[in-house]
Amino acid sequence: MARLIRNGAIVEDHGPEVLDLEQWLAAKDRGSRAVVLEPGESLAPLIEHIEEIPLVLVNFPTFMDGRGFSYGRELRERGYSGELRAVGHFMRDQLTYLSRCGFNAFQFEDESQLEAALESLADFSEYYQASVDQPLPLFRRRAADN
Amino acid sequence: MYVYDEYDQKIVDERVAQFRDQTRRFLDGDLSEAEFLPLRLQNGLYVQRLAPMLRVAVPYGLMSSRQLRKIAQLSRDYDKGYVHISTRQNIQFNWPELAEVPELLAELASVQMHAIQTSGNCIRNTTTDQYAGVAVDELEDPRPWCEIIRQWSTLHPEFAFLPRKFKIAVCGSEEDRAAIYAHDIGLELVTGENGDTAFRVLVGGGLGRTPVIGTEICARLQSRHLLTYLEAILRVYNQHGRRDNKYKARIKILVKAMGADAFREAVAQEWSRIKDGPGTLTGAEIERARSFFTAPEYREIDAAGADSELQARSAADPLFANWLKRNTVAHRVPGYQIVNVSLKATGFAPGDISDSQLELVADLAEQYSFGELRTTHQQNLVLADVEQGQLYSLWQQLQAAGLATPNIGYLTDMICCPGGDFCSLANAKSIPVAEAIQARFDDMDYVYDLGPLDLNISGCMNACGHHHIGHIGILGVDKKGQEFFQVSLGGNQGKDASIGKILGPSFRQEDMPDVMEKLLSTFVKLREGEETFIDTYRRVGIEPFKEYVYG
Repeated sequence: MARLIRNGAIVEDHGPEVLDLEQWLAAKDRGSRAVVLEPGESLAPLIEHIEEIPLVLVNFPTFMDGRGFSYGRELRERGYSGELRAVGHFMRDQLTYLSRCGFNAFQFEDESQLEAALESLADFSEYYQASVDQPLPLFRRRAADN
Repeated sequence: MYVYDEYDQKIVDERVAQFRDQTRRFLDGDLSEAEFLPLRLQNGLYVQRLAPMLRVAVPYGLMSSRQLRKIAQLSRDYDKGYVHISTRQNIQFNWPELAEVPELLAELASVQMHAIQTSGNCIRNTTTDQYAGVAVDELEDPRPWCEIIRQWSTLHPEFAFLPRKFKIAVCGSEEDRAAIYAHDIGLELVTGENGDTAFRVLVGGGLGRTPVIGTEICARLQSRHLLTYLEAILRVYNQHGRRDNKYKARIKILVKAMGADAFREAVAQEWSRIKDGPGTLTGAEIERARSFFTAPEYREIDAAGADSELQARSAADPLFANWLKRNTVAHRVPGYQIVNVSLKATGFAPGDISDSQLELVADLAEQYSFGELRTTHQQNLVLADVEQGQLYSLWQQLQAAGLATPNIGYLTDMICCPGGDFCSLANAKSIPVAEAIQARFDDMDYVYDLGPLDLNISGCMNACGHHHIGHIGILGVDKKGQEFFQVSLGGNQGKDASIGKILGPSFRQEDMPDVMEKLLSTFVKLREGEETFIDTYRRVGIEPFKEYVYG
């Protein structure tokens, strides 16, 4: 059973079977299947079924490929509220960015990293931009201070 | 200038703490070289030929005396007592120890400075006109907008792992001194339909291996939409920019591949989903940003009196008169003058400045220019607000410190990257070429007679020395392990920007002064009246230069 970080805690995963985008779109029982997105795939066909998806995995083939960050933002902006999980070769140093883009679960290749990675979730406590976990950019919050 | 509040300080402090931990994990072997690479790059740290190089951000080139003194102290404590001004208006340390960099960053944070996103595949330091706020030809001060962009782009969660680096420049004046056509995004402040502020948006300009002049994708963007529109552009680029080949990864390649119309349409689609959302700028925020860039307390000066005093000084001291003519620029406020501090003295690497010179400039800025100064993308410094009555004593002090070489805008005020002497990317050493050319053309009367001339030198095709937009560009190339130099002519920055054309086969380093001499004497022969080099080139084309140099 895989261990991963979900909502800030280390948990054991009992998630559904994972299909790639094409398989998922074709699956009759897709409402009980997870879908994994690869960089370069178009989100458009998935957006049409956003209410049906129980779990989205976004694969990072390398930590230098930042397309997954935009997937996260876009899925959340389009109303996806289920689990959004980063998988593949991302790094713990990217966790604050990922969570601000809407990711709430992180499955590392190397499970021994999980405890240390939890610390990285708290690297920053303040940000300039609006993000999925903070819908108001700093300039709007600053204005509210005064 | 912009002053941090507790939010800004917290963000910078937390970044220092994060990097301290990352460096420790790297040195302990817990973080691989490949993983540490993007992390250190996003904090301005390169591993160079001889030591790491740390690039410190100078947001849109603006600094205080206090910050400059800190840089001087850090250059002594952590480096060899000098720093380099880069073509992105940043400051580079050449020899810090990796293990000490976190401490160096903590010291920078104590004066509201950092090295965030000065390198790596992310949004870099936004640059602008070095005469912002004081230029005679200015429509609107670009700095508040640069600061708004700085905050938006700093640690942006979605755009830290882009296909490639991303550079934005803003211009608010008649003449483009920010090279906005050579940027991934160029923003030009224009007047909107109701007389309010708007932006003309250019995308896909850039230098490097494939130089391209930017294309307009929006003629008049209302200013409140600035950030959401930038976000839409970046999102299209992040999703669709090429990642398979680093030489084809810049946004210019994507814009070319899609075509400007399709790119504009893709941006419009992205934008339609976030337009008018929380990222939309409020009037209060725009006013807050502007409040940091109000005019200093200028004195009421009898302009006619100051002018006649200046005339008298000039008549009595021709050296001063010459410096005044070459290195200073008219100020929008009567009785004041903009002063360029030349970092292009013969025998010194272009853009380098020592710790004692830094401290002197900090003092002079405090004494003569409201405690502020600017760095320029031509690798010089600017004291922007000097009373004309104080120019003479300022000049004397600059002169004594070797900071008054009267060459701003002329041949010997060349842009030059650090090149193979420092940089591990370089194919060739650019500094010796710059020095040999400066030494050859030491007759300033000849140099002045040539008129304004941009000579830009890069040690490799990454084009940090902006060789494509020099009237004369020099590029270091590697030919079977040997350093050679390729010459291009006819590049230009500014609103009539152009990319230089390659003259022909490249030259050996030792031949470069002769090649320059041939090019310049061809120009002098062909020139009509007071024509500048670029005007003559545009009239006669490259052929006569080719014939004479290779003939």
